[in-house]
Amino acid sequence: MSAAEEVVAEGHEAVEAVPKRAMTLGTGTSLLVLAALLIVPAFVKNFIIFQMTMLLIYGLAVLALNILTGGSGQFSLGQSAFYAVGAYTSAVLMEHANINYALTIPISAAVCFAFGYLFGKPALRLSGVYLALATFALATAMPQLLKLNFLEHWTGGVQGLVVTKPDAPFGLPMSQDMWLYYFTLVVTVAIYIFSVNLLRSRSGRAFMAIRDNEIAASSMGVNVALYKTLAFGVSAGITGVAGSLGAIAVQFVAPDSYTITLAISLFLGMVVGGVGWLPGSFVGAAFIIFVPNMAESISKGLSGAVFGVLLFLVIYLVPHGARQIAILGQQFVGKLRKN
Amino acid sequence: MTQAQLARGTSPLLAVRDVSVVFGGIVALNGVSFDMHKGQILGLIGPNGAGKTTLFNCLSRLYQPSSGDILMEGVSILSRPPHRIAEIGIGRTFQNVALFPNLSVMDNVRVGAHSKTSSDIISDSLKLAWVRRSETDVNKKVHEILAYLDLEDVAHTIVSGLPFGTQKRVELARALAADPKILLLDEPAGGLNHEEVYVLGDLIRRIRDERHMTVLLVEHHMGLVMSIADHVVALNFGKKLAEGTPAQVQADPDVIKAYLGSKDQ
Repeated sequence: MSAAEEVVAEGHEAVEAVPKRAMTLGTGTSLLVLAALLIVPAFVKNFIIFQMTMLLIYGLAVLALNILTGGSGQFSLGQSAFYAVGAYTSAVLMEHANINYALTIPISAAVCFAFGYLFGKPALRLSGVYLALATFALATAMPQLLKLNFLEHWTGGVQGLVVTKPDAPFGLPMSQDMWLYYFTLVVTVAIYIFSVNLLRSRSGRAFMAIRDNEIAASSMGVNVALYKTLAFGVSAGITGVAGSLGAIAVQFVAPDSYTITLAISLFLGMVVGGVGWLPGSFVGAAFIIFVPNMAESISKGLSGAVFGVLLFLVIYLVPHGARQIAILGQQFVGKLRKN
Repeated sequence: MTQAQLARGTSPLLAVRDVSVVFGGIVALNGVSFDMHKGQILGLIGPNGAGKTTLFNCLSRLYQPSSGDILMEGVSILSRPPHRIAEIGIGRTFQNVALFPNLSVMDNVRVGAHSKTSSDIISDSLKLAWVRRSETDVNKKVHEILAYLDLEDVAHTIVSGLPFGTQKRVELARALAADPKILLLDEPAGGLNHEEVYVLGDLIRRIRDERHMTVLLVEHHMGLVMSIADHVVALNFGKKLAEGTPAQVQADPDVIKAYLGSKDQ
């Protein structure tokens, strides 16, 4: 991961000063962000709240990819498949089995973990671009699998399934959108904390050791095959949770919502946010949600081209994404304090 | 020390028995046998292509010998996958430094303790009490090793930015974190200057004496091997050429011939 190395070289001072936070934000900044996320919905319209919910959901999906790629060094263009499995698991359980939406989330996490873990087994033999291709195949196949005739009774085939949006519980005076936002926020914060813990733990170090040097990792006693498949499982599990929340928020699942375009968006979100930097996942998610809309407002006919130019600008100006901006900001604040 | 132990007839810590490795048609190792005893520094020497690194890689299970056996404390290690070698007490360093370049010195050494600890992703994510205790123990151990190898100042630096000599010490620290019984050092003097080699020799001896380890030293640097090894095995063209004390091996006509060539060649 030469990109990360460069960041380190450029921001040497900052990295040395806060070594343990290299993958995360400081406690103070995290609390500020959390406070903003808690307060803002009280002052904005339902549509904005819905968009903020989607931001958290895509942020989770990008975070999951970040654990896989930034953590264990494996590429995936197949995250849309895990997202779809999560979305359908919740939709089918809610609509056919009448299971409470909140309960479907751990179930879909477990289903997707198993799916990702099993997919990771054969993928062990592949690395780099070959792994990217295999996951690409998974992403391409998923919408077609969801349309299969014999699954139609559950999945609704091409038509998809309509999902009922849950009301706020205990008679809380809140709109459905606002309740779902806070519900998503709780899930997101919990998963974010678990992910930070995981990457700073023995398992997380094993992921990163594999990313940096497989042979050396194995000589240190790291079971490379096990941790690589675990990374796939964890990533798929978190993506599945995002998929479930997405299905509930959008109130609809259909095979063509989960194509390779979604997987590429998530990949893009990771790059824009900074590979291996967890808070960047949410910046990346904001990029993939809002920038296409901005591009459309600039030019309806050429929105794709405008998006391309904007993306190009970001990559050209801050090749290491939001992480680079964060490091620059940190150095700036550091200098101010010294003066 | 070695000779005394041999006289007492202690069983070897590590026994290489008639090991051969064939790559396609090339015989990289041909029936090599030797013993390593506890507390020894065993130097493995030989010209380029003699099979030193091949043997080394058999010990760390990256290569599978075509025949022969390797016994650690009397038990064959050949059925173990590479990641289950560290747990029986075999630690290693690499010829051209194989650190985890994007991790800090501290994290590199902590990965070294992987085989000594256990955890699972759920306990790790939830930071359960037993995981926290285990991490505290690991950190204590890592700090002790960093202090021992004079690496505390760079504990939080990312290793890719460190000078080569320091990286080599980090690799040594990483190997020590697993408390190995045997330390396999693959050309530790490579790329070091005269002064650094001298310091390294001292360090290896100190590690053996103070941390009670047995060292297998694969080395080109004849001066280093001859000054610190108790016992030397010389290889050439995959075969054992000579074995004995440094003085014996240095005086061996076959060894002299392999290194310097002879008139009647």
